[in-house]
Amino acid sequence: MDLSYAPEYQAFRDEVRAFTHAHGDKAPKSGGFADAREWQKLLIAHGYAARTIPKAYGGYGAEPDVLKSRIIAEEFLAAGLPMGMSGQGISMLVPTLLEVGSEEQKRKYIRPTLHGEIIWCQGYSEPGAGSDLAALTTRATEDGDDFIINGQKIWTSTAAQADMMFCLVRTEPNAPKHEGISYILFPMTAPGIEVRPLVTMTGRAEFNEVFFTDVRVPKSGVVAGRGMGWMVANATLKHERGMLGDPNQAGTRLKAIIELMKEETVDGTRLMDNPVYRDRLLKLQARVHAMEYHGLRLLTASLKGEDLGVARLIVKLMGCELNHQLAGFAIDALGELGMLYGNSPHLRNHGNWQSSYMFDLGLIIGGGTAQIQKNIISERGLGMPREPKPAKV
Amino acid sequence: MEFDITADQKMMQDSVDRTLERVCPLDRVRKANGRADDVRQALAELGVTGLLIPEDHGGLGLKLLDAALAAEMLGKHVAPVPFVAGAVMAPLAILGAGSAAQQTKYLPRLASGEAIASVAVSEQAAGARDNGGVTAKGGKLSGKALFVLDFEGADIVVVADRFGGLHIVDARAKGLEKTALTTIDATRTAGELAFDNVDAEPLTAGNPQAALDRMIDAGRIVLAADTLGAGMRMIDKAVAYAKERMQFGRVIGSFQAVKHLCAEMVAELEPCRALIWYAAYAFDEFPTESRRMAAHAKAHTSEVGTFVARTATEVHGGMGFTDLLGLHYWFKRIGFDRQALGGPERARHDAAVAQGWIAN
Repeated sequence: MDLSYAPEYQAFRDEVRAFTHAHGDKAPKSGGFADAREWQKLLIAHGYAARTIPKAYGGYGAEPDVLKSRIIAEEFLAAGLPMGMSGQGISMLVPTLLEVGSEEQKRKYIRPTLHGEIIWCQGYSEPGAGSDLAALTTRATEDGDDFIINGQKIWTSTAAQADMMFCLVRTEPNAPKHEGISYILFPMTAPGIEVRPLVTMTGRAEFNEVFFTDVRVPKSGVVAGRGMGWMVANATLKHERGMLGDPNQAGTRLKAIIELMKEETVDGTRLMDNPVYRDRLLKLQARVHAMEYHGLRLLTASLKGEDLGVARLIVKLMGCELNHQLAGFAIDALGELGMLYGNSPHLRNHGNWQSSYMFDLGLIIGGGTAQIQKNIISERGLGMPREPKPAKV
Repeated sequence: MEFDITADQKMMQDSVDRTLERVCPLDRVRKANGRADDVRQALAELGVTGLLIPEDHGGLGLKLLDAALAAEMLGKHVAPVPFVAGAVMAPLAILGAGSAAQQTKYLPRLASGEAIASVAVSEQAAGARDNGGVTAKGGKLSGKALFVLDFEGADIVVVADRFGGLHIVDARAKGLEKTALTTIDATRTAGELAFDNVDAEPLTAGNPQAALDRMIDAGRIVLAADTLGAGMRMIDKAVAYAKERMQFGRVIGSFQAVKHLCAEMVAELEPCRALIWYAAYAFDEFPTESRRMAAHAKAHTSEVGTFVARTATEVHGGMGFTDLLGLHYWFKRIGFDRQALGGPERARHDAAVAQGWIAN
């Protein structure tokens, strides 16, 4: 154990801090894409976004160094600055193309994606294919140099804003379930695509449904060959699961709750002075620390090229659960204030605790439900037997 | 930045593991009644009794993280030996508040395993019960101390008085009455001491109050590590059993109802390892964080330990409940670790005080 940073990393931290001081005022303030694009461009130029993506594809071209990535994240968090863009194109499509895309696909898509010029959405889940994703039935029928797509996707975030979709479709209807799927890229402007907003329990349309009626797309959009879609999708999901369990978020939430408990009063007494609430806060603080140090342990392992197996597999389950518990506790600490929402008088923190508590339930379910995570942990992590396959009908 | 144990630490932990595998199978534990001198001797030969004692007093001069790693293996094998008091808390008290002469007098004998020390600090660590409390007056102690750890076979006792002053008492001193306390755990011993004007050597060098706090922090971290080892072993046993046991024509580990329990256990317990490593490291490197992190490591690992102990027992079905299988030795070990030196609520209260959320 040595939690000090070597001089090289101290120097790097100073460099990042100097950047956040000098350029922090350029961070996007509105939710608009134009500001975000400018910020993204600045971050890439300094190596604080797209850091390890090769220069040839529009990235910064640094050697992968998990510790430096963490230092960047820590310093941006401390300065209250947003990191670079993080849509599904950047976080999931780009790593996938780098791993299995053709040279032409890499050259065509990675640079504009990194710079926010192409916004992507992910077409995976279907009404009949959630946890059992490989059961998907959206079909792509061959027609000369094109595929004709018919079917429906669901849980498609940013579909309304997206320029392109990376999508799983069934191209080989006679092949076994996992071998008949292709991973294909196409523009959302193609005729026959209809996007309908999907309003969730938060009251917002964080997702969409996407309908395909005879949508003609070129075959050249297939990544890694026909029938290889399942393999490609697994490469992508790996990136998504890593992302969802970010321990930084739990630490930030905990800090906010500690402040809340020091400021809010009931009958004139600080919440922090109420032993019941305080004990619940302390329980959560221990959990946040445990996940934080667990993250450091995984970080060290990845620096050494070691795979900690089960220790890695638990992160999505425990990370999402912890974030949800934190939001739930904040609502309890607010008492009756905790039921307010929308633009209500007396609303605290813009209603973010309430909306996080609801939205996080979506994160527990999405990206591999808690139950699927437990299958993965027990089967891959503990070597327990798989559920016997039902007899074929 | 390296959040990992070193190759040397892994080797030390492995050698404790292998030694216990050899000398401390469950049959030995069953017959020990909380005290297996042959096991203690085998561990003394590895240096486990003197892990924290400096080399010039015959110990290994290692850090608390090393002690936590050893404790994990003791928990794994439900080893019936004194450790938390004898090898951790008492040596730290003598190092922290003993004079040079006292260190020379006691530490080499503790390091070699020739002498055993118990500690009587429950009233300070967890609060007084049943009128516990010891008063010091003119070099003599009176009153009573409950929940004295590593009780049986002790040669000396480190005692905290009502005001947090530390003292060493000869376990055979005149006026000292010993009563063994039967606990749920048959792998360690605890007791009660009644003092009637008993001769004591005060430990007054350095800062005795700080030494008392640090010995309690260290004890809590080591008990958490013990629970980690015991809990991991229970998970291993539950997983192995679920892979073997057939019902309805299939191994029960293929039922999600069973394997999800196993996933939940490991998902809860594995992060405790990092929490304990950090707390043990902070004990030596970041003393200002030590109290809070020790309390959190103890409280959180205890909560998870309790969940693992009952769940692993349930996965074993009826067999888990029997003496035949002996799983209850781990269950009870975890139960003892949870209550000793303050249960989760008490430890969390200390964590709140340590970070200035409330006054004491």
